[in-house]
Amino acid sequence: MTAQAHSSTPSSAPADFTAARPEWLDGLWLILPTLLIVLGMMVVPLIGIVVVSFWTQTGFDILPAWNLDNYRVLFTEEGALYRILIMKSLWMSLTATIAVVVLAYPMAYFMAFRIEKSKLIWIILLTVPFWTSYLLRIFAWKVILGFNGVINSGLKFVGFIDKPLEFLLYNPTAVTITLAHAWAAYAVLPIYVSLEKIDRSYLEAAQDLGDSKWKRFWRITFPLSLPGTISATLLVFIPTVGDYITPTLVGGTSGIMIGNSIVTQFGKANNAPLGAALSCIMMLAITLAVCAFLAAIGRKRLKAADI
Amino acid sequence: MAAPMISLKSVSKRFGTFAAVDSASFDIAPGEFFSLLGPSGCGKTTLLRMIGGFERQTEGDILIDGEAMGIRPPNQRPTNMVFQSYAIFPHLDIAENIAYGLINRGLDKASIAKKVAQALDMVRLSGLGNRRANQISGGQRQRVALARAIVCEPKVLLLDEPLGALDKKLREEMQIELRQLQKSLGITFIFVTHDQEEALSLSDRIAVMARGQVLQIDTAAALYERPNCREVAGFIGNMNFFEGRIVSIAGGVAAIEIAPGQHVRVPATNGAAPGETAIVAVRPEKIDAVATAPQGSDNVVSGRALAGSYLGDRSLLLADWREGTAPISVSLQNRRSAVDADIFTKDAELWLTWPIEAGVLLKN
Repeated sequence: MTAQAHSSTPSSAPADFTAARPEWLDGLWLILPTLLIVLGMMVVPLIGIVVVSFWTQTGFDILPAWNLDNYRVLFTEEGALYRILIMKSLWMSLTATIAVVVLAYPMAYFMAFRIEKSKLIWIILLTVPFWTSYLLRIFAWKVILGFNGVINSGLKFVGFIDKPLEFLLYNPTAVTITLAHAWAAYAVLPIYVSLEKIDRSYLEAAQDLGDSKWKRFWRITFPLSLPGTISATLLVFIPTVGDYITPTLVGGTSGIMIGNSIVTQFGKANNAPLGAALSCIMMLAITLAVCAFLAAIGRKRLKAADI
Repeated sequence: MAAPMISLKSVSKRFGTFAAVDSASFDIAPGEFFSLLGPSGCGKTTLLRMIGGFERQTEGDILIDGEAMGIRPPNQRPTNMVFQSYAIFPHLDIAENIAYGLINRGLDKASIAKKVAQALDMVRLSGLGNRRANQISGGQRQRVALARAIVCEPKVLLLDEPLGALDKKLREEMQIELRQLQKSLGITFIFVTHDQEEALSLSDRIAVMARGQVLQIDTAAALYERPNCREVAGFIGNMNFFEGRIVSIAGGVAAIEIAPGQHVRVPATNGAAPGETAIVAVRPEKIDAVATAPQGSDNVVSGRALAGSYLGDRSLLLADWREGTAPISVSLQNRRSAVDADIFTKDAELWLTWPIEAGVLLKN
């Protein structure tokens, strides 16, 4: 007997649902397309990367000779550059992420608490930068920060400087600034959603119980916006660590990140196994960084924020 | 009245030409259980929120314990609020919620813990201190909100329809608890409700509001027995209205012509003058209905039965007395073993009578 037969034929005998399809299967059809894409386009290549990272490049051939050489090299003199690059990438992303969250939070706060009508317009306005391609936005920063760029010519015009400032472009700071701008909108939305969800009577109650507005923010608003703030942090931090377009365009030689050297390994250097190993190490490093971040927030607060 | 705890001086809240609260002026005594009663949108919550500092009045001022509040924010007022939604902070447990205001008063940890334990005990929630809002029932949440406000020892406790979300039985229990709590603490309570029974049973005095205006402030009995206008009379309990014109006033009794040649008599009020239009209001339970023409009654109106219903302790009767007017409702106590059964048949002829002092003369 099928499940359908059970539900459509009324019978006096107690219903027997043991033959029915288990409940957890109910949503399967809905996620199946996504699941297939994730399996085919993400899980399989990921396994591939992990497998290749244990192989060896000889000349133009990749030999399935299993060994740990690619990882070992990272802990030798020769691999110092990679270690530095990984640390630097984590550091630059962290700086960019902090900048993004600090910038995005007031924007989200403004939208959630100060805009009464037509919030949709503000959300659409927020997406306007995305109407141009990422590449164009980076180039825009090149124009702004460049040798004869907007800032330099502006300052020269006003007379603050005689010759263009050279520290603006082609360095880690330029990468951080560009990343922060490019990712700000991604951070605003989750923070906005969790701020918007806060029942206004909590804020009134806090003030009623003696909080000043500033105190109330730290005791009520901020803890209750943690889910959005944490997801914004992760949403920006994780993808920016591996970014290589931004450093390529505005980073110069001092601003390159681990992503650039992975690209080099897969391309010019023609050492895919080493590139794969670097990718794996980077993934591991990001995982550790995220775990450290969540541990710093603490179990109690995560539980309280219902994450 | 002793020095008032709250004194409202023509407090208004206007949005353009619309007045949410229109020039409210009254005093509330220390230790009083004072209710703001009215239909939704009458301005009662706005008035409460202005006292608490959550909204700014556009005119007038509010004095709490003799001190003018002006536009002081809620954290600088000697008031605490019990919110309609309770607003129990979801990221804190019950004990932390109750301790919230105490932390702001700079108490040390030990005395905070002691006060929290006492407060939990007072609202019978001992042992639930480390639960969260979503782990307790609605009635318990309500008591947490109450404890959290009371523990701050406010001069005035503001309650915004605190029992509205509870089911009937729980609400009645909480009413008794609230009343006992208020008596034992001696704190002034200002209680907002749209439930007239709740207001009548709890309050020392009630302000009836409509359209932003305070219509009447009185004790429950006075509001019921001596409403000062048609709106109050109609909002509190049921009321029958006879519209007419004052024809004479003699010896404190006014005669009102409610239909050509038909007069009823009612105690005269100050300022009533012959010739004015007026309304005679009579409660359903103060009218008697009989099947034979009564002799020597103060007021007699003849009519016809429309519908009757037996409710056990009493019977309800709807009677038509004149074409084009609202039917009169009569509530008869089933004290006699045989109320004239005839008068409940549809179209039965009957007489409605009531004594002079049962009626209330209202301005039209």
